[in-house]
Amino acid sequence: MEKKKVILNIRNFSVSFEQYESGFRKTGLPVIRNLDVKVHAGEMVAVVGSSGSGKSLLAHGILGILPYNASMGGELIYDGAPLTGERQKALRGNELVLVPQSVAFLDPLMKIGPQIRKGKKDRASREKLNEIFRGYHLKEEVQEQYPFELSGGMNRRVLVSTALMGNPRLIIADEPTPGLHMDMVRRVMSHFRELADQGAGVLLITHDLEQALQVADRVVVFYAGTTVEDARAEDFQSEETLRHPYSRALWRALPQNGLQFIRGTQPYVKDLPEGCPFGPRCGSCTEECKGVIPVREIRGGSVRCIHAV
Amino acid sequence: MKRHFIFIGKQMLRMLLLTFFVSLAAFMLLSVSPIDPLQANIGQAALGSMSQEQIGKLQAYWGVGEPPAERFLAWAGDFFRGDMGVSLLYRQPVAKVIGVKLVNSLWLMLIAWVLSGAAGFVLGILAGLREGSVLDKIIKGYSLLIASTPAFWLALVLLMIFAVWLKVLPIGLSVPIGVEACGVTVMDRVRHAILPAVTLSITGIAGITLHTREKMIEIMESDYVLFARARGESTFEIVKNHVLRNVLLPALTLQFASISEIFGGSVLVEQTFSYPGLGQAAVTAGLGSDVPLLLGITVISALFVFGGNLIANLLYGVIDPRIRRGGAGA
Repeated sequence: MEKKKVILNIRNFSVSFEQYESGFRKTGLPVIRNLDVKVHAGEMVAVVGSSGSGKSLLAHGILGILPYNASMGGELIYDGAPLTGERQKALRGNELVLVPQSVAFLDPLMKIGPQIRKGKKDRASREKLNEIFRGYHLKEEVQEQYPFELSGGMNRRVLVSTALMGNPRLIIADEPTPGLHMDMVRRVMSHFRELADQGAGVLLITHDLEQALQVADRVVVFYAGTTVEDARAEDFQSEETLRHPYSRALWRALPQNGLQFIRGTQPYVKDLPEGCPFGPRCGSCTEECKGVIPVREIRGGSVRCIHAV
Repeated sequence: MKRHFIFIGKQMLRMLLLTFFVSLAAFMLLSVSPIDPLQANIGQAALGSMSQEQIGKLQAYWGVGEPPAERFLAWAGDFFRGDMGVSLLYRQPVAKVIGVKLVNSLWLMLIAWVLSGAAGFVLGILAGLREGSVLDKIIKGYSLLIASTPAFWLALVLLMIFAVWLKVLPIGLSVPIGVEACGVTVMDRVRHAILPAVTLSITGIAGITLHTREKMIEIMESDYVLFARARGESTFEIVKNHVLRNVLLPALTLQFASISEIFGGSVLVEQTFSYPGLGQAAVTAGLGSDVPLLLGITVISALFVFGGNLIANLLYGVIDPRIRRGGAGA
């Protein structure tokens, strides 16, 4: 894995929203700060964080489809070069693809086939789609159906199919399995695993650690808009191999590890504590935690905690 | 099949009820109106020089003193048998009067309906596509301004500009004055229809533009447009592939529902331009207590509006796959 090419390298990434407070005062609302993620070709990386931590914005930021009142900062390197607005425009939908959460992301009034082909009617596009559909055991008639006519099982495969019309090298799956049956989750995840095994980088954005651990090579733990730890999936086999107190808390909250929850909730962006965002809920928080917390490399992973060993 | 029969039956019932209540309301309004038909149509001076016998005959002709319920039931009974009665003012069958007036008005309304629909649709899309842009602000400002301008005032302004100052268009009526009926050309009719049609269109545009714009903004913020963008579709492709088909459905409904507004607007506009159409006939009938004519026009207008809404409903079933294919389940 180490020798594989880095396809996506995100450093110090941030997204903030412009907001008007009382009295027309413009303020920036930093939803994501200090986010670091690296995805290699052929690797599946899961970004795990609880709901409302701004994970989807990461996907939108990479693709350059953030809303107009959002701005992003930091370093986005794709395939060895900065991912500028123009490159995003040129690459998205072809090399850079998104697999959305649900069929609500499909146009309700456009038939599946033409929609996946983006309205193209040429022979090559038709052939390609037929081939993709065969690969996912989707009947050709499905192309003539509308999104509302798909069954739950079909629509996941249809959504994954949308990613394959181009030549995907980085696939971003944004919560691809909400409310799905465990069997179904496993099947959808296996599709992504397959794509990674064929050489694409897969960035899985999810709130479900258990699910991520089944398929991902690496897990990036995301808390209150910041990445706190980057660990190998194997590190999650025991609490001791984990580095950040929040990752450990997540581990203890897994069903097989006793479903122990910690007190408190993830802070809202506006009420972030100084220094480490996890500080107020952390057992080993000290005075130094209120300062700047650098990223440290420990045992083949990285962590944003001054106490980690 | 059974579903269709039930649908048709329901619509027929609705139509009958609507016709009944609309005509009843119109009749009641007319019967409580303070206008005395004799005074209004014959004049105080003429009445003063008439014998009691003559006045009695006239009162019988205009139905003065008859109980309103009896009059309405007599009218409704005839109407139900297909007899719309005789216009008291024109002394011709109501059906014939309406026929002539309707043809005149229909042109105006059709032009206004198509123009305002098309222009409103395009303007709404342009504004909604770039919410908050200068273009959006101009279009929105224009629409709000027009929406709050009375139609007759706009008609007067246009009349002043094009008929009085520039003298390029006639000041009123539907044909030139002092020309025999057989000497009137199509061009004459078109020239006379331009100002009223344009006035009606301009007032109609505002509503359609604002509604289309709202819908556009909603669509542009939808998840499927976001995903289309994520898949590399350009704004043009997004409009072509997704926006048009999604905005067309509500726009069509609006377009057919706007028939009522065009009808309402035509009354004011025709009055201002002395254009001899259905709207003007309605005003004349109302002021002159011509009950059969007014009720006839009311019912015909109601049927038009009802028909427009019905068509909109039916089109939904034809165009929207969720209804067409979803059947009872959707």
